Amino acid sequence: MPLLAIGPSALSIEPLMAAVVARLGPEAGGDGAVTSFLGLVRNHNLGRGVRYLEYEAYEPLALKSFERIAREAGERWPGVNLALHHRIGRLEIGEASVAIAAASAHRANAFAACRYAIERVKQIAPIWKHEFFEGGDVWIEGATANPDDEAARAEAERVACA
Amino acid sequence: MRVTVRLFARLRDIAGAPELSREAAAGATVGSVWRDLVRDFPELGKYEGSMSSAVNADYARMNQVVGDGDEVAFLPPVSGG
Repeated sequence: MPLLAIGPSALSIEPLMAAVVARLGPEAGGDGAVTSFLGLVRNHNLGRGVRYLEYEAYEPLALKSFERIAREAGERWPGVNLALHHRIGRLEIGEASVAIAAASAHRANAFAACRYAIERVKQIAPIWKHEFFEGGDVWIEGATANPDDEAARAEAERVACA
Repeated sequence: MRVTVRLFARLRDIAGAPELSREAAAGATVGSVWRDLVRDFPELGKYEGSMSSAVNADYARMNQVVGDGDEVAFLPPVSGG
């Protein structure tokens, strides 16, 4: 399984957790921790009752963004291995929209890299939520994506290490 | 020359199409392609300060020069996760 992916298939976390510790070469067997994050479609947002979400992405750029995030995490926490899958299309309440796993020799770096990855997804991945709520629909608009915004990157790192 | 403009999320809704083939003058930039687009779809203009852009699936600045056949994408603020 690829460590980084975006597509319409349902997500599950166990294959990602297995993939990040399946290392080859000198790093094989060196992991002492795997952390995971699963983002779910919630039934409420800003006081609205949410019926379902439709995710849209600019897929080739999204994949490049994931590669950038994995590279950044590897530079900040050397030895961390990251897997990141995002789903697109219609998702029902309770379904997973994003799955992340991080493996490292020690837990602190695994937790930090996992948190960093989801913060960076929200900052720079060209992915959009179209929210269908009781009585209407709205495109959710969060961050202006700018991978070169060092202040935003530093904020993701600060949150990850808090 | 011609470029292919890709639009996403609310920008796509405003223009009514995910993809547009647009004429661009030699030396055109991402910014000039955007300004031409806003002339045809004025409602896009409110995204001027908040959108991002990409050329051939790499993030690009508004002053980047575009070439014949390039894919120029305009991206409203993102909301993945």
